[in-house]
Amino acid sequence: MSKQLLLGDEAIAQAALDAGLSGVYAYPGTPSTEITEYIQMAPITTEQNIHNRWCANEKTAMEAALGMSFVGKRALVCMKHVGMNVAADCFVNSAITGVKGGLIVIAADDPSMHSSQNEQDSRFYGDFSLIPMYEPSNQQEAYDMIYNGFEFSEKLGEPILMRMVTRLAHSRSGVERKEQKPQNGISFSEDPRQFILLPGNARKRYKVLLARQDEFIKASEESPYNTYTDGPNKKLGIVACGIGYNYLMENYPEGCEYPVLKIGQYPLPQKQLYQLIESCDEILVLEDGQPFVEKQLKGYLGIGVKVKGRLDGTLSQDGELNPDSVARAVGKENKAEFCIPSIVEMRPPALCEGCGHRDMYITLTEVLKEEYPSHKVFSDIGCYTLGANAPFNAINSCVDMGASITMAKGAADGGLYPAVAVIGDSTFTHSGMTGLLDCVNENANVTIIISDNETTAMTGGQDSAGTGRIEAICAGLGVDPTHIRIVVPLKKNYEEMKQIIREEIEYRGVSVIIPRRECIQTLARKKRSK
Amino acid sequence: MKKDIILSGVGGQGILSIATVIGKAALKEGLYMKQAEVHGMSQRGGDVQSNLRISDQPIASDLIPSGKCDLIISLEPMEGLRYLPYLSSDGWLVTNETPFINIPNYPESDKVMAEINKLPHKIVLNVDKVAKEVGSARVANIVLLGATIPFLGINYEKVQDSIREIFLRKGEAIVEMNLKALAAGKEIAEKLMQ
Ligand SMILES: Cc1ncc(C[n+]2csc(CCOP(=O)(O)OP(=O)(O)O)c2C)c(N)n1
Ligand code: SF4
Repeated sequence: MSKQLLLGDEAIAQAALDAGLSGVYAYPGTPSTEITEYIQMAPITTEQNIHNRWCANEKTAMEAALGMSFVGKRALVCMKHVGMNVAADCFVNSAITGVKGGLIVIAADDPSMHSSQNEQDSRFYGDFSLIPMYEPSNQQEAYDMIYNGFEFSEKLGEPILMRMVTRLAHSRSGVERKEQKPQNGISFSEDPRQFILLPGNARKRYKVLLARQDEFIKASEESPYNTYTDGPNKKLGIVACGIGYNYLMENYPEGCEYPVLKIGQYPLPQKQLYQLIESCDEILVLEDGQPFVEKQLKGYLGIGVKVKGRLDGTLSQDGELNPDSVARAVGKENKAEFCIPSIVEMRPPALCEGCGHRDMYITLTEVLKEEYPSHKVFSDIGCYTLGANAPFNAINSCVDMGASITMAKGAADGGLYPAVAVIGDSTFTHSGMTGLLDCVNENANVTIIISDNETTAMTGGQDSAGTGRIEAICAGLGVDPTHIRIVVPLKKNYEEMKQIIREEIEYRGVSVIIPRRECIQTLARKKRSK
Repeated sequence: MKKDIILSGVGGQGILSIATVIGKAALKEGLYMKQAEVHGMSQRGGDVQSNLRISDQPIASDLIPSGKCDLIISLEPMEGLRYLPYLSSDGWLVTNETPFINIPNYPESDKVMAEINKLPHKIVLNVDKVAKEVGSARVANIVLLGATIPFLGINYEKVQDSIREIFLRKGEAIVEMNLKALAAGKEIAEKLMQ
């Protein structure tokens, strides 16, 4: 078959489709979004009725995928790294239940925080969940891992975690496809109690999982994704994980002088590691993200063979790897001939001209700054987080999805007035609703603005789970309908908007204001595709 | 054959469409390629870039090392300057001359031009003006692409074929306009190099 030009994300999607996928479950998040979008657009998805709708959040996605696996079918779960925090409860427990149909979880990490709040390394999740993990170094490997990974998952009876990073997720290269496999039929576990994690059963299953670790290590030792390449210079041995391997080889086009152990599958392959450590004076670990492998090799006391990497300053502790930092780590230098002229200014992203969030912030800040100087605004994650920048300088917090409502509540509990929350519609249905219920139950004195652009704009305009039903959801959770106010955020409505904001701040209880106007980018895209 | 290219501009200007054309042409030549894109917040006027690597040998890194880039293609003059540490000593900057001003502290255009003029190898052209002359402001990207033809290392006919394929579904007139834009850019670059 000829090669197809695919993003790392698309290679994953295509591999899953070719491997007989029955459903993808995901919530959008950079850099994982394109996996699900590719599956949604693929003709086979409709032909074979493969599940592909966006889920409300990563937890619901993970759970639904485990349900798909329960009936013996192959399921894929995709999320950005912080999504793992949301899905973690089910994820960690799924290692103990094990799976029936193949289940692969993709966690797309974002070292350097290109579009994230942190750079947590998802390999730690796989590690303490005690399941095997993949970390591809290129698009073809990502394809092969997923294509064969479902079978591997079924053979082990365990979910598999694949850790991606932004650079690979969003880089395009030629990928060769394999033949299409059929979907699994329905089948169930022979053990009727496999998925019942009552303590008695969980303890049993956990012991089994522990006992299988050697088997997982053996699989890593035999894995085609872990390769040992000898080199003549034994002063240094290099462990290169995922795309760290590419940056290393970029600096050695004729082959590396040092022995190199390339890692693509975890747990770490013991045999090859011993081989490297026995034959080399020192070890250098190249891994994108946090020093996951380095810590394991170094140990707490740091006794034994010298291990270099991010912890001893050979590489920076934060930020993604790149060909230049890896060059320095092996004593080379990629010299810049020119520097950035001092006149070059930063060009941060800003809310689009004509965006409804702008109208919301303009009116909100006018009311708050002039009339309520003691106010604080707890915001959330989405396009509207850009309200942090000039000219708005409107918000005081942005922490994790849903935290606007609950932080406002906590601050109000502590005596702050006015405590205002600003949250988007997709973030509200992702994890704002439960916080709103807390507010209602205590009649917290908060003013919640759900800035509803009827889409998930930040990640490229995916469907939003509650579109058309936001006020019904609020009312259903118990917000007094007279304090659910809907406005159209447009210049001509500024006076009305300001009046509503005033009234609802004055109301001592839970109020929800919903400025609603579709995102102009999503609107334009819809028009183009018509 | 090995070409390391950085494409730069402002979100929404459409640098990725240039990458698509080059990528398709490179595949036609049977070359290896890797193209690292920026996704995410690009629709809101921030800076965007893409690393495009083409070679007749397998390519290791998705990112271009410092000082190794052969060609910076920029739809905006200040954005091209942002990636100068990657440019090799004999590399070229091919840039649009019209600034995209959406920040309050955008430097004076003269100063931007002065910095560009310090470079040993550059092509500066007004792609928007040329595009309008050819028929539509929408082909500005292709004019810029045309101006890179002398340094691209990919056969001109292959680039033309790639444009034909990509724009085919939009009709013959659109294909022709894009080919004209490509030729116009190429001609300007060739003149400037003389
Ligand atoms: C747990 C988690 N999942 C996903 C993301 C990625 N993400 C950031 S904002 C956002 C959605 C924003 O949608 P909405 O709240 O409707 O605001 P909009 O961008 O449309 O203004 C997503 C999916 C994230 N930051 N954290
Ligand atoms: S993409 Fe949509 S929601 Fe985001 S800033 Fe632009 S118009 Fe506003």
